Amino acid sequence: MTLLARLTEKSWEGPAPLDIRDRPSAGAVGLVTYFAVALVMFSLLIAAYLMRMGLHSAMGHASDDWTPMPDPPLLWVNSTILLLSSAAWERARRSVGGQATHWAMIGAMLGLAFLCGQLLLWRHYAQGGYYLGANPANAFFYLLTALHGCHIAGGLAATARAFALQSLRAIGLCALYWHFLLALWIILAALLLST
Amino acid sequence: MATTLADDLRPLHHPHSWVTRYVWSQDHKVIAIQYSVTAISIGLVALTLSALMRLQLGFPGVFPAIQPDNYLQFVSMHGMIMVVYLLTALLLGGFGNYLIPLMIGARDMVFPFVNMLSFWFYLLSVIVLVVGFFVPGGPTGAGWTLYPPQAISEGTPGHQWGIATMLVSLAIFVVAFTMGGLNYVTTVLQARTRGMTLMRMPLSVWGIFTASVMGLLAFPALFVAAIMMLFDHFAGTSFFMPMMQSMGRVTPTEGGSPLLFQHLFWFFGHPEVYIVALPAFGIVSDLISVHARRNIFGYRMMVWAITIIGALSFLVWAHHMYVSGMNPYFGFFFATSTLIIAIPTAIKVYNWLLTLWRGDIHLRVPMLFAIAFIFTFIHGGLSGLFLGNVSVDVPLSDTFFVVAHFHMVMGVSPVLVIFGAIYHWYPKITGRMWNETLGKLHFWITFLGAYAIFLPMHYLGILGVPRRYYALGETGFIPESVHLANEWISIAALIVFAGQSLFFVNMIWSLFKGPRADPNPWGAASLEWLTPQTPPAHGNWGAKLPVVYRWAYDYSVPGAPRDFIPQTEPRA
Repeated sequence: MTLLARLTEKSWEGPAPLDIRDRPSAGAVGLVTYFAVALVMFSLLIAAYLMRMGLHSAMGHASDDWTPMPDPPLLWVNSTILLLSSAAWERARRSVGGQATHWAMIGAMLGLAFLCGQLLLWRHYAQGGYYLGANPANAFFYLLTALHGCHIAGGLAATARAFALQSLRAIGLCALYWHFLLALWIILAALLLST
Repeated sequence: MATTLADDLRPLHHPHSWVTRYVWSQDHKVIAIQYSVTAISIGLVALTLSALMRLQLGFPGVFPAIQPDNYLQFVSMHGMIMVVYLLTALLLGGFGNYLIPLMIGARDMVFPFVNMLSFWFYLLSVIVLVVGFFVPGGPTGAGWTLYPPQAISEGTPGHQWGIATMLVSLAIFVVAFTMGGLNYVTTVLQARTRGMTLMRMPLSVWGIFTASVMGLLAFPALFVAAIMMLFDHFAGTSFFMPMMQSMGRVTPTEGGSPLLFQHLFWFFGHPEVYIVALPAFGIVSDLISVHARRNIFGYRMMVWAITIIGALSFLVWAHHMYVSGMNPYFGFFFATSTLIIAIPTAIKVYNWLLTLWRGDIHLRVPMLFAIAFIFTFIHGGLSGLFLGNVSVDVPLSDTFFVVAHFHMVMGVSPVLVIFGAIYHWYPKITGRMWNETLGKLHFWITFLGAYAIFLPMHYLGILGVPRRYYALGETGFIPESVHLANEWISIAALIVFAGQSLFFVNMIWSLFKGPRADPNPWGAASLEWLTPQTPPAHGNWGAKLPVVYRWAYDYSVPGAPRDFIPQTEPRA
């Protein structure tokens, strides 16, 4: 049934279908709902980012306090690692049995590598004097990457659980989550690089 | 995937000991009670704070223990606790947890473990909140809106640690709510029993479901705002902190935007009003229908109105910011969208009234509270029309008119529904019946008392009495009668507070000594009254899940043997 048909059902008359086998799994529904939550959170941060960035001129501030951060090569390296990680997860999703676990393991390892890469990136910036409090651009950078990193870490925890349960469906959900985080990262990286 | 929980005859988890059954419980009913008891306990703290505020306002100078700093702290903590930690937690964590699986015919929430975590995170957030009362400098006195820069600047009570505990507590609360909300939404979408189509769900479930979706989309704004303010406070960033002088010194921050915080806060704050209101709308619809022995008028319209209100409420947030100095054209847009919400809301009010029309009305205690809700909600809604218009709002901003408005519409109204709902479902939850006389007495004190308190506040507001003021002092424009009115309000408030003890005495006494309740004392048609045991056992439905053949509102059907037909009864 389409959503429109569902919402216009005259439930006080006539019988309704008793079959309930057309539903996706609870995990998938929960995960997609969570995507909406995370999407709202990052959208609000991006809106805040753009608002804060355009503030000085729009509101007549004398000083231009927004200084964009440089874009070190490491940013590209990390992005590539995450892309590869997502590809490995996709491979795992499409495989069966031991193959799936094998690729999922590679995907998770690459995810971990991305997280380490991000930490290196932070260190690189901190050594260059780009501290959190020094500039609003820096503050947003650390905040966005930290929140994204937390989501990756959460994904790794979920992966560990999927391995423990030996669940193929959980691996499929992990892959979906990884793609979501990759898309999110591409948007964030584009924002950071373009401003 | 042909995997549905509704097909699953096994309970999702098996408690093995007293601890896993009642403390680290994954049973939605136990979690609901844990949520409710915690929420009501912290709500009593907020109630006490408002009593202290009223003592100061009604009898200024009589209580030297209440200093200006304390007063501001009471105001702030009262507001935040009532809105977030009491109403949201009780309506969604409490009623949502209890009612959703029972009303849609599921054995439990789909993620019981996450559901349990949700409660424990909520409890942690409440504990962190309470810790705020004991840190150096006391809790924050920044007002419940926590606007920067004043919230974290010298001169505001609790600007050092009080605000930090508040923000951390809110962030934890959002995490807790997200875990709960994902459960409520997924359970409604995924675990409905056979025949329970979306449009056969009782309106309580629709209200709670829509509010959960809204909460999931609105609370991230509060989370983000809290984290960013914590950064500003402790890490020296300037997301919200502008260049300013504080106590004669130039602060190190510059360029931040206090307005940005207001946008984030109200992007959460306005949907929050409806996160509290929609479950109340849904529950009151069921209460009215059951106790008037009549099907709800315009069921589909009621569902659509709930979802439309939910969607529109994300487009009106800046009507809280008319005096913030934003572009006047924004004001025009937000005033328009605000007034448009009146349409679906009015549809709901008319439908409640038309359900009562020529109904077989039983004025039992839950019904009294439901009808009282219609009064207070219309009342608060109408004063909302004043405040929704920019030109009327500007002179009324930050006066007692605003206080009167939002207490009527989102304080008194949902609380009346909560009382009604507790009286309504108490027999199912505990298996006992409460005392009718005490219940009616509690109702009349609460309902008339609410008017005695908040009606005069409208007049105070129109006279220009500002809110959040410790004392009015010597002012030319405030007549002597205001002080008299303030005394009256305070006395009425204290009587209403005392009257609430009737409720607690009734509930606790009945828990042990109340007469055994019938499994379906009101003759209701929805599933939660049809459980094999009362109170429902673990797994809710015994060996076989119920199958639904009709909607939840078959009351007084012509030709039927009884004046209600349970949802599980097959069609002839």
